[in-house]
Amino acid sequence: MKKLNVDYIADAGKKAKGKRPWFLDNPEVEKVLSITMAIAGELAVARERLDTLERILESKGIMNRDEIESFIPSENDANERQTWHAEYLARIMRIIQQDREALETAPDMNEAVEDLVKEFTEE
Amino acid sequence: MKKSEYSGQLPPTYDKVIRHDIFPEPTHDETARFNFIASLNQHLAGVAAGNKIVYEKRLKPNFNKENGRDFENRHEVHRALKKDPYWKTWSALRRNTMEMRQQAGRSVVLRQIDELNEKAEILNKGKSTLQLNSEIKSPRYASAVDIHLQVGGYDTELVEGDISVGANYDSGIFVTTTGGVGPGIDGGGRAVATAVKQKFPDFKPKRILDVGCTIGHNVLPIAKAYPDAEVIAIDTGAPVLRYGHARAQALGVNNVTFIQADVENLDYEDGYFDWIQTTMFLHELSSKSIRKIMSELGRMLKPGGLLLQVEQPNYTPKMDLLEQAIRDWDCWYNNEPFWSKMHGMDTKEIMRMGGFKDEDYMEFQAAANTDNGDVTKPAKSVSEDYGREALWTVFGAWKS
Repeated sequence: MKKLNVDYIADAGKKAKGKRPWFLDNPEVEKVLSITMAIAGELAVARERLDTLERILESKGIMNRDEIESFIPSENDANERQTWHAEYLARIMRIIQQDREALETAPDMNEAVEDLVKEFTEE
Repeated sequence: MKKSEYSGQLPPTYDKVIRHDIFPEPTHDETARFNFIASLNQHLAGVAAGNKIVYEKRLKPNFNKENGRDFENRHEVHRALKKDPYWKTWSALRRNTMEMRQQAGRSVVLRQIDELNEKAEILNKGKSTLQLNSEIKSPRYASAVDIHLQVGGYDTELVEGDISVGANYDSGIFVTTTGGVGPGIDGGGRAVATAVKQKFPDFKPKRILDVGCTIGHNVLPIAKAYPDAEVIAIDTGAPVLRYGHARAQALGVNNVTFIQADVENLDYEDGYFDWIQTTMFLHELSSKSIRKIMSELGRMLKPGGLLLQVEQPNYTPKMDLLEQAIRDWDCWYNNEPFWSKMHGMDTKEIMRMGGFKDEDYMEFQAAANTDNGDVTKPAKSVSEDYGREALWTVFGAWKS
């Protein structure tokens, strides 16, 4: 039997033969929708894995899932968690943050680059 | 609590699917991914129901105002839907979900393809019940685009002896139908076998032909219901036949012979078969080939023999134009090029092409007859997902 040297990561997502229809007025938006749905799927997968883990731990008597509901973080725990939320949000909201910075700082970046090039280019 | 219009009866979880020896074994997370996609399909059936509101509140009044008359056919409705933002969003999501299902199935199959191909080779080796013929090619009308976005169609071989497209098909049907076809993905076949046993208890077919069998999932229940019959299942795609045969062996069904053949050129003598069956096959045929194939089926069927065809319902004048237009979605956006044309035909006319008489015509409904136990019952959504529901029209005739 011949072995198949397959790039399973890329090939799993191969395009079906035939022209793909685009439904939204802006295909870029439709691509973002597609990525969003894939991420929604991966969140569901992570959630299901966590659920499995909790149920196994509970069945082994290691924890009781009610403990999760009644868990109150210590002051230190709470601080660490809220820091994590802040970092996480900053990471995913980066583009909006940069948009705001661009509004605040003049001139815009393209002009700045042009000025720099002009300044440091020999005649 | 009130049942949600979106979730209906919750879909069964993917772990309920029968794991036979050749089944692409999913990991925990791959199973979870299938569960997500099945739930998403269920949810989208609820989203699809919104098209009805769009139709009544926006499309119909607007069309009437512009044209001074109502919609006259499904194509006019489709043209109006295409411009509507609600329909566009639903369609973008539905198309994307079909693509996600393909990716999910292929990623499970391809990472273990060498083992699967080896298992198939062992199960198939030396068996006279698998007869391949490398000269048989899929007709161009069936391979020009990947039908229902199944990458590689039914016949692509990535390596000699490959079964990947068959394995991918098997892995995902449960998800696409939100579990509606049952744990053995054979709800269609079981519905037919049960109906024929009940309706025609004296029928004792000796030779049965299943045309366009793919991985044989719908012929196995028939073969099990008639264990003494010689059952022949044909398809043009070698990978699906290899997989289907190995799958039948793994499930312990040994009275089906899988043959790579083109139904337009079969050399069985006239009247050879007592029962000829097609299941979700006609809609994949070009209108030219339907005529030829029907005439062949009529020829090979014995007088007094039975021809039955399982399909999604055809568009009759009684069917609401919006339903017709939504059912047509698969044609335009899910690579089912002949779906619209075929479903627009009169089923009696199709039977006439095979020489069958109108007075012998029969038609009945069959719902997926799935296993007992709550979780494996067909997931009946509150909103019907047209074209995906495990409920079919069976039409055919006894040859007089």
